[in-house]
Amino acid sequence: MKCSGGEIIIRLLEEQGIDKIAGIPGGANLPMYHALAKSDKIQHILARHEQGAGFIAQGIARTTGKAAVCFATSGPGVMNLLTAIADAKLDSIPLVAITGQIPSSLVGTDAFQEVDTCGLAIPITKHNFFVSSAKELFHILPEAFRVAEEGRPGPVIIDIPKDVQLEEIEIDIWPAKDRNNERSIDIYMNNDKAIASLEDIDQLAEMINGSKKPLLYIGGGILQSNSHKLLYDFAKKNSIPVASTLMGLGCFPSNDPLYLGMLGMHGAPYTNLILNETDLLIAFGVRFDDRATGKIAEFCPKASIIHVDIDPAELDKNKSTNFSLAADIRLVLDELILSIEENQREGWIKEITAIKEDYPFPMKKKEDAYHPLNLIKSIGSMVEDDTIITTDVGQHQMWVAQAYPFQKPRTLLTSGGLGTMGFGLPTAIGAALANPDKKVICVSGDGSILMNLQELATLADLNLNITIIILNNGVLGMVRQLQELFFQETYISTKFVTNPDFASIAKNFGIKGYDFKNNQEPEGTLQKILSLSEPCVINIPIDSSENVMPTVPPGAANHQMIGGKKYA
Amino acid sequence: MPRTTDVIIQLTVNNHPGVMSNITGLFTRRAFNLEGILCGRLEDTKTSKMYLLVNNDNRINQIIKQLEKLYDVLEVSICTNCDYEVFDNIHQLIQGK
Ligand SMILES: Cc1ncc(C[n+]2csc(CCOP(=O)(O)OP(=O)(O)O)c2C)c(N)n1
Repeated sequence: MKCSGGEIIIRLLEEQGIDKIAGIPGGANLPMYHALAKSDKIQHILARHEQGAGFIAQGIARTTGKAAVCFATSGPGVMNLLTAIADAKLDSIPLVAITGQIPSSLVGTDAFQEVDTCGLAIPITKHNFFVSSAKELFHILPEAFRVAEEGRPGPVIIDIPKDVQLEEIEIDIWPAKDRNNERSIDIYMNNDKAIASLEDIDQLAEMINGSKKPLLYIGGGILQSNSHKLLYDFAKKNSIPVASTLMGLGCFPSNDPLYLGMLGMHGAPYTNLILNETDLLIAFGVRFDDRATGKIAEFCPKASIIHVDIDPAELDKNKSTNFSLAADIRLVLDELILSIEENQREGWIKEITAIKEDYPFPMKKKEDAYHPLNLIKSIGSMVEDDTIITTDVGQHQMWVAQAYPFQKPRTLLTSGGLGTMGFGLPTAIGAALANPDKKVICVSGDGSILMNLQELATLADLNLNITIIILNNGVLGMVRQLQELFFQETYISTKFVTNPDFASIAKNFGIKGYDFKNNQEPEGTLQKILSLSEPCVINIPIDSSENVMPTVPPGAANHQMIGGKKYA
Repeated sequence: MPRTTDVIIQLTVNNHPGVMSNITGLFTRRAFNLEGILCGRLEDTKTSKMYLLVNNDNRINQIIKQLEKLYDVLEVSICTNCDYEVFDNIHQLIQGK
């Protein structure tokens, strides 16, 4: 049987269980698309910008935990994809980006649409592969999936010159799938390196059982390792309060009394103050990011520190620990839960309750229905627990993190590490494609939504159950806030001169659009719109001077937050 | 003879064109200092040996852990019995002395 490189790529992707690929065709990846046309297993999602394609793949990967695929052509196609790839790197999202390259014979000649894809990939991928012959595909493709998903996940680029896609090779028997490349997350996680020894477990248990005021600091590692249920039982058994990073939201039910909410820069006052009191910080699946820890030297000043993460390079990177372990959290929790004592911790819980009461989160009066925190909260009360929320970047993102009642893992998709405006809409499309039975809500700002607005066309093509809510303050709100608080209210380039009519824009893309401009009853209308399951855009005007509070000033310790005073 | 100011990190790496840029790229991206590089192919194998001269500061463990994560890096160790004069000789060559 004769097969072209392009056909081999598509068939290997089918073998990996890939059923959707987002991308845009061009000169250098046409042979791959030609082969894709013949596939009845893979649906191609035509994005309108490669960054959109990258984020659509992220939406699939972030909700399923498995590597998703995007395609781009050489040169400009690759360049447009890079932001979404860097975003995946910083949030540890498994992605396989397959890019067309100009023919091998022209590489290095500054040919039309040539860029050094692998060179560009180095600092923003887990690894990159350059394919120099069709037969190498049998090794490289499965290997790329393994690298993307194994250990700490991340993006991989495979760059394939056009002549390799066209190369015809004779294949007697199709190589059997390597069992080691079976795409089950469990297998990857159970590799020897990720297992903790009995002595490690004993030592951890001893530290926790001996602690008076332990506190769990959890992050994205909990959802990556699929250990939220174990975490819950673990925290409950020993009565350990739980603070989460932005990436960990949803891994612990937000209505549980042990839950302390998000820590760090925009955490509740009590959360950051309780962190000051703990004597044992149990850091699971986190990386001591500066937005979470504030001034690192003053983070949890009274605590011994336990750190468990799958990536050894994260241990002792930003903060030295008393005990650290490079391991899969789930395997650790599996054992550890047996070795920790049942404990009510009445004293510690009482202290926490008191701090919670004395330093509450500054929620606004209910009557202020257009306050973003109230809007987010009421959206949360109207939809199912399994609704997927995507955000863009800015104030609206932090309001979602502060006020939305997340109950389940993988229900918040947000650009945590790179903070990429334009993330929300295409990621929502990917999430909806991978979860046809769930509702997806994209909460955006009037700045961010314009950064990948073209994907409304993709959404119209696909007619997915996505509600886009634009909290419209007429400014680049988060930056305006920084200018107000830390640059003496010198406002430059944060207020928009003109404001597009988003509801009409949506209609012109073929999607329903609503404007709440003169709406006295936002809750009622929201309820009605959210009960539908069709794509739509809702423009909600909000006050442009509203700030995200509390906030930790740059360089300050978390307990030095401002704006945490009590509100009636 | 090991010195206190510098260390030599010894690497075994896959021998293909992108490896060197992956390794030097790591040093740039993470703002690690890199004072010198020696590299050569091991006979009859698909691997090369690399020696990196780096400052011996408190980031050395982090450098090693990050190197270990690179796909084409097969082995990483701090070289305790390396001859540091090799790099001195190169230094002289470069300074034209
Ligand atoms: C691609 C990109 N460019 C610039 C920034 C810097 N930035 C962070 S938040 C923000 C403002 C976002 O405005 P908007 O989407 O309207 O949200 P708001 O803060 O008003 O809720 C900007 C410009 C960024 N994060 N991403």
